[in-house]
This record gives sequence, C-alpha cells and structure tokens, in this order.
Amino acid sequence: MQTFDLEEQGLRALNQTLHGQANDTNQTSWEIINPRGSHAIAVGLDAPIEVKIKGSTGYYCGGMNKQADILVEGSVGPGVAENMMSGTVVIEGDASQYAGATGRGGLLVIKGNASSRCGISMKGINIVVHGNIGHMSAFMAQSGNLVVLGDAGDALGDSLYEAQLFVRGTVKSLGADCVKKEMRAEHITLLQNLLNKASANANPEEFTRYGSARKLYHFDIDNAGAY
Amino acid sequence: MDDHNTNRPRTMPIQSATFSGSVNAEIRRAAATGIYDIRGGGAKRKVPHFDDLLFLGASMSRYPLEGYREKCETSVTLGTRHAKNPIELDIPITIAGMSFGALSGPAKEALGRGATMAGTSTTTGDGGMTEEERGHSQKLVYQYLPSRYGMNPDDLRRCDAIEVVVGQGAKPGGGGMLLGQKISDRVADMRNLPAGIDQRSACRHPDWTGPDDLEIKILELREITNWEKPIYIKVGGARPYFDTTLAVKAGADVIVVDGMQGGTAATQDVFIEHVGQPTLACIRPAVRALQDLGVHREVQLVISGGIRTGADVAKALALGADAVSIGSAAMIALGDNDPRWEAEYNALGTTAGAYDDWHEGNDPAGITTQDPTLMARFDPIDGGRRLRNYLKVMSLEAQTIARACGKNHVLNLEPEDLCALTIEAAAMAGVPLAGTDWIPGRKRL
Repeated sequence: MQTFDLEEQGLRALNQTLHGQANDTNQTSWEIINPRGSHAIAVGLDAPIEVKIKGSTGYYCGGMNKQADILVEGSVGPGVAENMMSGTVVIEGDASQYAGATGRGGLLVIKGNASSRCGISMKGINIVVHGNIGHMSAFMAQSGNLVVLGDAGDALGDSLYEAQLFVRGTVKSLGADCVKKEMRAEHITLLQNLLNKASANANPEEFTRYGSARKLYHFDIDNAGAY
Repeated sequence: MDDHNTNRPRTMPIQSATFSGSVNAEIRRAAATGIYDIRGGGAKRKVPHFDDLLFLGASMSRYPLEGYREKCETSVTLGTRHAKNPIELDIPITIAGMSFGALSGPAKEALGRGATMAGTSTTTGDGGMTEEERGHSQKLVYQYLPSRYGMNPDDLRRCDAIEVVVGQGAKPGGGGMLLGQKISDRVADMRNLPAGIDQRSACRHPDWTGPDDLEIKILELREITNWEKPIYIKVGGARPYFDTTLAVKAGADVIVVDGMQGGTAATQDVFIEHVGQPTLACIRPAVRALQDLGVHREVQLVISGGIRTGADVAKALALGADAVSIGSAAMIALGDNDPRWEAEYNALGTTAGAYDDWHEGNDPAGITTQDPTLMARFDPIDGGRRLRNYLKVMSLEAQTIARACGKNHVLNLEPEDLCALTIEAAAMAGVPLAGTDWIPGRKRL
C-alpha cells in the first residue's frame, strides 16, 4: 500500500503518479490522505489499481476513470465518476449533483444519497444508489442502468433514450417520455447481478422498472407539448 | 361608359415589404406542416459585415512592404497561457468544428488533408473523433460538447487542443440536432444511440453550469491531459465582452467567438436568423475584454462566422483577433453547393448556393450526407487539395493587404488601418466612418 498525502504533495503530483502506473504495475494499492474536498482527485486513471481516498472530495473525483477501483471513504462533490469508461467507483457517503454524468461504462456505487441529475446523459455506465436520488435524474440517459434502493425526485428519466431505471421506493414524478415498464425475468437477473456487485441487500422483485416510451424519438407536432 | 374597360388605368400591384413572397411562403409551409423550418448554415439576412470596412493602405505617413520580396509572416501560436504544448500554425486560419455525422467520413478526411497541407488545424464536432480526421489532421482540436457524444479520455489525450463548446454563433443558447436520416449505424454507435432516431444534443453541459464550475472542469481536463493541451472556450456571439471576461476567468488559453453568420449542421431557422450578434459586432468587445484584463495576445482570440476571403481575415486580425476559423467557406471549397449539381438541387426544390437542408442527408455533392452512394461522389484527396488551395489564397490575400499597410506580420494589422463605409459598421468595429474622424459612440478627437 502506497500512501499519498494530497495536502503535502499536491494534486498535480498525485494524478501524475497515478497516471504513471502501468497495466502490469505491482504497486496496485494506493491510499490518499488529506483530500480535504479537493477537486479532480484521481481523474483519468487507466490502470488496474485500487485507490482509497480517506475523506471527502470536491468536483469530478474519479472522472473518466478506466480500469481503476476507487473507494471514497467520505462524500463527494459534483460530477463524481463523470464519463467513466470502466472500473468501479464506490462512495461510502453521499454524492452531489451529476453523479456518473455521461458515464460510458463501469460501476458507480453511492452508499448514501445522490443529489439532482444523477446519471444525466449516461451512456452505458451502471449506477447503484443505496439511498435516494434528486430531481431530473437520468435526464437524456442513453444507455446503462440506474438502480435506486430509495426514492427518486421529480422528472425522473426526462427525455430518456435506452437506459433502464430501477427504483425500489417512490418516484415523485416521471419526466417526458419516461414510463413504467414490465419487470421480466431478464430484468430480475440483471438487477440481482448489479445489486450483488454493489453489495446492496435488496430483493429485485421489490423494484419497478422505468424506460423510454420512445414517443419523442421522432419529432411529431402532436407531441409538442412534451418538449 | 364601361366600368369594366380593361384599358382603364389601375393601381399597380404592390407586394408588401412586411409580407414578402418568402414570408408568405413560410407561413403557408408552417400551416401545412405544423413544424418550424429546420436548416443548416448561418444567418442569411444582410447584416453589417467585413465588406463594410476598407483598409486605408500606405501613403505619406506609412510606407508599404514590397510584394513578393519583403517578408510578411502569417504564423500564429495558440495556447501560450497555460498549456505545455501550444499549437503552432503556419497561417491564422483554422477549420471550425463540424461533426462526423453532419459531414461524411470522406469530407472530414478532406478537411484534415487540406488543413494539414496548409499548416493549420481542424476541429472535431458533436459526435466524437474519427480515424479519418485524426489520421489526416496533423493538428486536431477536440471539441468538448454538452452532449459528450463519443467523448473518451483516449481521444482527449491524442488531440492537440481541447475546445470546450459553450455555444455557437448560429444558435447561442441552443443545442444541436441530427435528424434520423443521418443517424447511420456508425454514427449511432459513436453516439450510443439507436440508429435512425432524431438525435437532440443538449444545450448546456451536464456537469457544470457556470464559469465557477467551468474553472474546475478545465482543471479536470488539464489534469487528465497532463497540462499539455491548450484549452479553448468557444462561445456564440451573445455578450462578447462578458463572455470573454468569464472565459478568461475560467482559465481559457484561447477564446473562440462565433458570430451569427457562423453555420450549423441543423437547427431552427428562427434561431439562426434571430438570436446572436453579427460577427463584426463581436470582435471589438471581445478584444476590449482581453485588454481590460491585460491578457490580449496572451489569451488568443479566434473569430469565426462568415469569413470568406483574405480581406475578411485581415480585417478580423486588424480588429484584434489572433486567428480566424472557417466552416461554411471550407465546405464550399470542398464542393458544397457547386453549380455542377444544379439539376439535382432543382430536384430537391432549391438551387446551387441556396441548398441548406443538410439535415436531410440528400446532399448532391456528397459532403453533408451519410448515404454511401452520394458519399462516393466526393473524392477526399481532391477535396483536400481544393481546401489547401483556398487556404493558401486567403493567406496570400491577407499578406497582400498587410504589406500594403506596411506590416511585416499579419498580426501587426491594427484598427488604425481601417475605415468604415457605414455608420453601423463604424460603430460596431470601432473605426472611423470613411472620410471622417467620427467613430459613433466615441468622443471625437
């Protein structure tokens, strides 16, 4: 385990060091101390390493991650794991806005709550939130899965494309073109798999699936009120 | 007396200036279809432009440089403020962002070929980076757009500069659209979307909302790319003084200001014609913002929107820009709207020069299409050569003017080299009305 003191050594040195880890590195475990809400911690990683952040972070923690497994022992600011490609990012606390925005792969787990616009424009990422999510989550979400063990705020899945949303609790309101859908056997299997990976103890049968009604895929003047 | 005498003088029919033929046609079209007009390109209305400015040239008080003999440099370096690897261009004319999807793969390749031969850069667009453009563009600017279609850290690292797109001149405050006809399997795959749907691009970024957030976003992009890449911020011609000020504050190395004549692949006609300011009106406020902050020339300014000739380039530089960017003109150089396809333009209900339904994917010239048959009409090698020639001509024209004004570098052109033909242009450009010392809005000397 290598320990990196962010306060003492600085952000540039941190990211440069982590970027320098090759695919065959034997220094696979890193611990970052004194993050103190700093922005852009562990961004753009591209190696199969484990990074543990001992405290809360600011914006874009784990942004554009590839391969790495990042654990935050605290809460995170806006845009955690934005545009993640692969790997995992696990947050033990809460997440601010835009968690997992535009993510294209990998798994983001938020053990607390996530604020508004969680999974906005997601493009293949899987997101599991143990708590609740805020309004406008999964806005224009294109693909991937968003799993919420708690409740969802207003306008869930507005202008949704092909992403799938699974919510165990209540949904305050659905956004334009987002509808409740049947939970078939393949969805139960998919959901159970995601819950297992996210260490979430929940029964997939208790969830409701939401997806796109696909009515806004082609412009139609009769649907103008929904735009 | 016969009241119906056909020889009796009658009132001449007068068409309304307000309800003109084109206005009435649009009302009828809207009534028939129930949808606003969508088209490509920039503003077609007449607005004050570079044609309304003239260079004074050398005379008693200034001596000119000898054409073809005395050197007049055209090189420019972009991104000197923070980036480890600024972009060095041979000419101050770059190729603006145009997406793969809106343009065919061979068209993107031609842009890369032409720009590289001319020693300048090309720019990706809303849809990600293709191998065609990376492979053929020696210097490639990677756009970071609200949609983030195709965005990935590998392409971020293999580009030469990053352009954070906040807005564009054709539609400041609007997102993009690419209609289903052009969402081929390849385009859909790059954008993570189902093929054939009408694709909408968001109008604002998903993970930041204002200049304070953007500053942090730029920090993230710099950290991911090892502080190597120049970071541009592109804005539409909305509030150029404040937009430029805030872009500097957010940490931009380069600011791109795109006026309302700047083109788009597709958006509402009402947006193109009624939102945003003319390019000419944007330059001086943007330059003034840089000067007020003490970073003019340290943060470079790129101007786009209706640049067509070396004279336009020279005028933009004289007003304080460091470089210009061309989109529509580059497409015309490739062969867009060429009269050789007139019969086919007629069949589409239009004519060469006016064709702007690029979103429908039926471009006879094979440039703004994903149709394999139409695409096959376009030769990227020939297209690249044509673009190279055009860029060279523009550069030579700008040099000709600069020499005539006694400048040994095109960047040495200055507002004092200019006068304006109209009061409007004089006010916008901040140069005197021809034959006077009057700059509207400023105290007389």
